[in-house]
Amino acid sequence: MKPIATARAATGIATGKLAVWWVLASEVVIFGGLLASYVMYRLGHPEWADAAAVTNMKIGAFNTFVLLTSSLTAVLAHQAAERGDGKTAAKFLHFTILGATTFIGVKAYEWWYEISHGYTIASNTFWAFYYSAAGLHAFHVIAGAVIMAFVARDAKRGLELHRVELIGIYWHFVDVVWIFLFPLLYIAK
Amino acid sequence: MAELAVAPARPADAHEEDHAHHGPGGLLKYVWSTDHKIIAMQYMFTGMFMAVVGGFMAYVFRMQLAFPGFDVPGFGMVSPGEYNALVTNHGTIMIFWVAMPVLLAAFGNYLIPLMIGADDMVFPKINRLSFQVFFVSTIVILASLFVEGGGFAGAWTAYPPLSAVAEYNLTDLGSTLWLIGVGLEFVAFLLGGINFITTLMNSRAPGMRAFDVPVVVWMIVIASILFMLSVGPLLAGAVMLLFDQTLGTGFFDPAAGGDPILWQHLFWFFGHPEVYVVLLPAMGFVAEIMTTFARKKLFAYRTVIFTVVATGVLSFFVWAHHQFIAGIDPRMANIFTITTLLISVPIAEMCFVYIATLYGGSITLNTPMLWALAFIAEFLIGGVTGIFLGAAGADIYFHDTYFVLAHFHYTFFPIAIIGTFAAFTYWFPKMFGKMMDDRLGKIHFWGTIIPFNFIFIPLFVLGMGGQHRRIYNYQHFTELAGPGFQNMRVLATVSLLVMLAFQLVFFYNCWKSWRSGKRASRNPWRANSLEWTTDSPPPHGNWRPDDMPVVYRGPYEYSVPDRDDDHWPQNAPN
Repeated sequence: MKPIATARAATGIATGKLAVWWVLASEVVIFGGLLASYVMYRLGHPEWADAAAVTNMKIGAFNTFVLLTSSLTAVLAHQAAERGDGKTAAKFLHFTILGATTFIGVKAYEWWYEISHGYTIASNTFWAFYYSAAGLHAFHVIAGAVIMAFVARDAKRGLELHRVELIGIYWHFVDVVWIFLFPLLYIAK
Repeated sequence: MAELAVAPARPADAHEEDHAHHGPGGLLKYVWSTDHKIIAMQYMFTGMFMAVVGGFMAYVFRMQLAFPGFDVPGFGMVSPGEYNALVTNHGTIMIFWVAMPVLLAAFGNYLIPLMIGADDMVFPKINRLSFQVFFVSTIVILASLFVEGGGFAGAWTAYPPLSAVAEYNLTDLGSTLWLIGVGLEFVAFLLGGINFITTLMNSRAPGMRAFDVPVVVWMIVIASILFMLSVGPLLAGAVMLLFDQTLGTGFFDPAAGGDPILWQHLFWFFGHPEVYVVLLPAMGFVAEIMTTFARKKLFAYRTVIFTVVATGVLSFFVWAHHQFIAGIDPRMANIFTITTLLISVPIAEMCFVYIATLYGGSITLNTPMLWALAFIAEFLIGGVTGIFLGAAGADIYFHDTYFVLAHFHYTFFPIAIIGTFAAFTYWFPKMFGKMMDDRLGKIHFWGTIIPFNFIFIPLFVLGMGGQHRRIYNYQHFTELAGPGFQNMRVLATVSLLVMLAFQLVFFYNCWKSWRSGKRASRNPWRANSLEWTTDSPPPHGNWRPDDMPVVYRGPYEYSVPDRDDDHWPQNAPN
């Protein structure tokens, strides 16, 4: 039996949704602190442009496209869940998970290539930020995909359909973080 | 009021049934429970245990300072490395494993659902996960004390390069474990904080509007928000420092294009709001206790809430007052001096509000009330000495002296120790169903407060005399080794011993009251808020599911004119 507290909604907003937004607020300051530190350093070190030139913008752009598409399927999943169509929602969530897997696979190749050419996390502080920020983001992608797999499993049976929207909100956040990372780490020379 | 004074008969089998439906039974229910009250107790007892650990550390290094070169009973000879590890971990443990779990997590968990009329938190399983992560972090920090090289010895602020380079701090594994422990602790409180915030937002009893919520609940939730919004950059910083330690990055190493000052910014951007994270719950306890025992309405309830929000916002713009001598731009120092002096205004205002609440009240001077009054008196000294340190000019002299240390303890001791004892003695009847012995409580009170002042007033004097704070043996410095200074150190240490000895009275009082104290009624203090409308201790679910409270008014309607009764519970229809 669930506590009575969980069924109340004094604000009129579902508790799960409130909680996801607060999670995002706490995530924003984590990434915010890291990226603000990076930007401050970058402004003081124009020579980091040489290191940034090594990053592969084409692969980065492809990954951006993959991640944005996976956000689209997350929206379609939400739409299906709103209609009460758990099966379709689960199908679209699986597409999003496929996008996440592709993103991580491409990232793994990219890192393997860079590390094998001698650009490691300890090479200099640009690379330290590059691996830390993208690594922290990749960790969020993996965590999101794992949670999404559980949500999809339930949605397929028509259970806990409201969670499709919640994981979708989180997924858009993961997307937005990458929208900041891509120009800061790849494009800015 | 009759229905409040007499507990309705509750069939014994209904109680059994509750437990059968709500998770594991037997001893396991105390380990694996999702009940907010049991999680609160887990946090409370872990915090108390860590307080004993942190207190023992204080005992060892104070003995070393007063009697250098002698064996410390129960520890032995203190080496310089051990001394550094002791002061570092004393600070870390007292803030992150005592003040936060007890003030925020234990009382937050216990009070929020009870005071807003809910049967549990909105995410009971996340609540349990929060404690489990915290428990793991406790094991990690305790383990870090016993690894090769000993516990981390780079000061609780962990400034690089001292914290980043093992050749400097000489505690390779200890510093990494310390960092992991602190990081896990942050994660635990993020999980708990989201629960607190959403529970208050969504699970209030029917009829309870925003300004019917007791001040302490507001304060704990605002503190959780402050924590959540300030800890992120430090979490990122902790990852960066961890990589500097273990992977050879140079985030904080100028030779590699990094900057050690960045850590100071990330640390204090969290560190200063953190002061308010622990201060606000304590301020809330005091508000509840003072209104109850002065039988007065809280003076300017709404103003207090708005003031707290303003303090919270302002607390994000004061951090660089910790860095006045770190080479920051003097124009920046001016700005941070102004914001720092500004933030003393709302805090002073809250103290005045409490004094105005007392004015004209019929005051009962029992143990919780004494603690609450002592909180205001002692915290004022901490606040006023903060003005000296907030002004860049004076701070350049006082920086890293015992004056800073004494100021800090005049703020944190009232918060973490006096505030906790105030709350613990006030809610003890509710938590354990027994009244505490008031005479023993008063002995413990005076035995704590008087020695506390005799520990830290000498340290103010030492600091003004120029005694630097990070020195292991002052005999090595002729200008600091004179008898005038040394006598002060001995006075502080002896006072600490007296204070620690009096804590035994507290533990004895808890044990004795729990074993053979007078049974507590539902509402022994005749207070208004909702936790006093249920059994002491409250059953699982807090109220019967068909008898959840409904709220009709705010929590501070004491001594309302034209009413026979001097209290007016929030759930009483008229």
